[in-house]
Amino acid sequence: MSSTTQEALSAGGPFSATRIRRRKSWFSGLQGSEHGWAVAFALPYAAVFLFFVVYPIGYGLWMGSDPALYQELFADPRYLTTVVNTLLYVGIGVNVKMFLAFMLSGFFIRKRWWSKVVLVLFILPWATPALPAFMSIHWFLNGQWGMLNNLLYTLFGIDGPVYLNDQWTGLASNVCAYIWKTLPFWTLILLAGRMAVPQELYEAAAVDGAGGLRKFTHVTLPLMANLYFVCTLLDMVFALGDFNSTFFVSGGGPAMQTEVLATLGIRYAFTIALPRLGVAAVMSALPLLIPLVILLMRKLRMSEGQL
Amino acid sequence: MSATTSNRRIHSKLFYRLQHYSVELACLALGGVLVIWSLLPIYNMWMIALNRHDDIFDGSLWPEQPTLQAFRVVITEDFWYLARFWHQFGNSFYVGVAVSFLTLFIGSLASFTVGRMHLKNGWMLTNAALMTYVIPASFLAIPMYRIMQIYGLANHLVSVVAALTTFATPYAIFIFSQYGKSIPMELDESARIDGANPWQIYFRIYLPLMAPALVAVGTYALLLAWNEYLYNFLLLSTPESMTVAVALAQFLNSDESPWNYMMATAIIYAIPPIAIYYGSRRYMAAGLTMGGVKG
Repeated sequence: MSSTTQEALSAGGPFSATRIRRRKSWFSGLQGSEHGWAVAFALPYAAVFLFFVVYPIGYGLWMGSDPALYQELFADPRYLTTVVNTLLYVGIGVNVKMFLAFMLSGFFIRKRWWSKVVLVLFILPWATPALPAFMSIHWFLNGQWGMLNNLLYTLFGIDGPVYLNDQWTGLASNVCAYIWKTLPFWTLILLAGRMAVPQELYEAAAVDGAGGLRKFTHVTLPLMANLYFVCTLLDMVFALGDFNSTFFVSGGGPAMQTEVLATLGIRYAFTIALPRLGVAAVMSALPLLIPLVILLMRKLRMSEGQL
Repeated sequence: MSATTSNRRIHSKLFYRLQHYSVELACLALGGVLVIWSLLPIYNMWMIALNRHDDIFDGSLWPEQPTLQAFRVVITEDFWYLARFWHQFGNSFYVGVAVSFLTLFIGSLASFTVGRMHLKNGWMLTNAALMTYVIPASFLAIPMYRIMQIYGLANHLVSVVAALTTFATPYAIFIFSQYGKSIPMELDESARIDGANPWQIYFRIYLPLMAPALVAVGTYALLLAWNEYLYNFLLLSTPESMTVAVALAQFLNSDESPWNYMMATAIIYAIPPIAIYYGSRRYMAAGLTMGGVKG
């Protein structure tokens, strides 16, 4: 009661209550010089964000703002092939990998004397830089001298196909290379997730008479579902932007038939010297990227910036 | 009567033991498949590097006459693609260390101000970081290339450092805010009562207590910068300014390159990150669980 009268009284005055309150909430908890410090500490990141994120994004939006670019883009048959490739790459690559990673996390959580050794070797693809690894895979898959076909011939007497000379085997090679490289990382993440499940829950389930399968469906699955979902979304964004595996394994060939959007944009911009078309190609992924990003940001914020 | 029960018991015991062994065997087979799957491309790299150039094409599964000649060529810069190899190695190292330190500095300051000083509107900073984290770097490459030209940084290592710091900092901010929650606020308050200013609290209390997270994120940023190819390739074009990644990819420019030299370069380039990774695996694993998991 008294506070409302006070507010009403001072409403017209030079130090109006609303103004004071706003200033208070702006400073909330910080006193004078502390606020200056806080702003100063935030400044470096704000500057980086402004100069190297906001400006490039704005510049990119401006570069790709001409509708004629999109007409040109959609008239290019290579672009349509690329869209199909990208969808297959992201859809298959991510989901197969996450499923494998989930299963393998179950394999690695059972401690055996040798599983530690396997884990150490299994992580090697992830620890190896992308560029040498994919160069090696490119040679590994070479139809004439590649080790894979040598192996197939020596072991089974089969003449393997020329993997990188065909759209579908080429695309499959890229997807496999991507899975090879990133499977260990997601396995480790999901393994850590499994280890965070309290052991008591399994014990309680066992007391209630649950077998292995029911423990899996009623304890592991519900507790891991959210993490699995977030990981899948995050990896979809990563896969959408993955440049290295396509660029170095198949090189986008034969005849640009295995390009994905990330490599096609660069190809347009720097090989054919059509930077605006390149930006347009990348921006045409936005209808897929924006929902993913919004969903992800909501999910990540809910878990307070995990991952 | 009792004979049949004991018989049955023996049977079921045998059955369980058999089942146990077959499961173990299947697991062992799976482990074997995993090891082969993981190591084949790595083995392929070594095999090509250890072969003489002519032997690469003879279809054998191991080097007939293994030789370290390719490694000698790389180390002594005895091939024209590799003329500035150690200089470029130094460039890669410089970029990695610079990105690592900048990421730690900028990221820890930002997380300190958001998490410990309750800066109003600090959520905007966190959201900005979150947004940067989920934008694929390759999608920003073309405008970033233009921007660097506008800033006059083209073909200068600083441009790569700036771009990669931009992409490494968001992860740093998450990990730091996450880890910072485990440091009691009372420490800050008691320091404040003793008359410490925010910088002193940050430098003397926050940073030392954050050491494990700093190591994890520093390693992450170092590896990210060392392993990056696309931005190095776009922003650096002279042999003087190149990093090893760009120099390595140059081998692909011609069809007649000496592949054994290429693979030897690739191995030398890959060894430092692998060594760092395995060396700091414990911290990295801690970083992963810090960032990755909460039901």
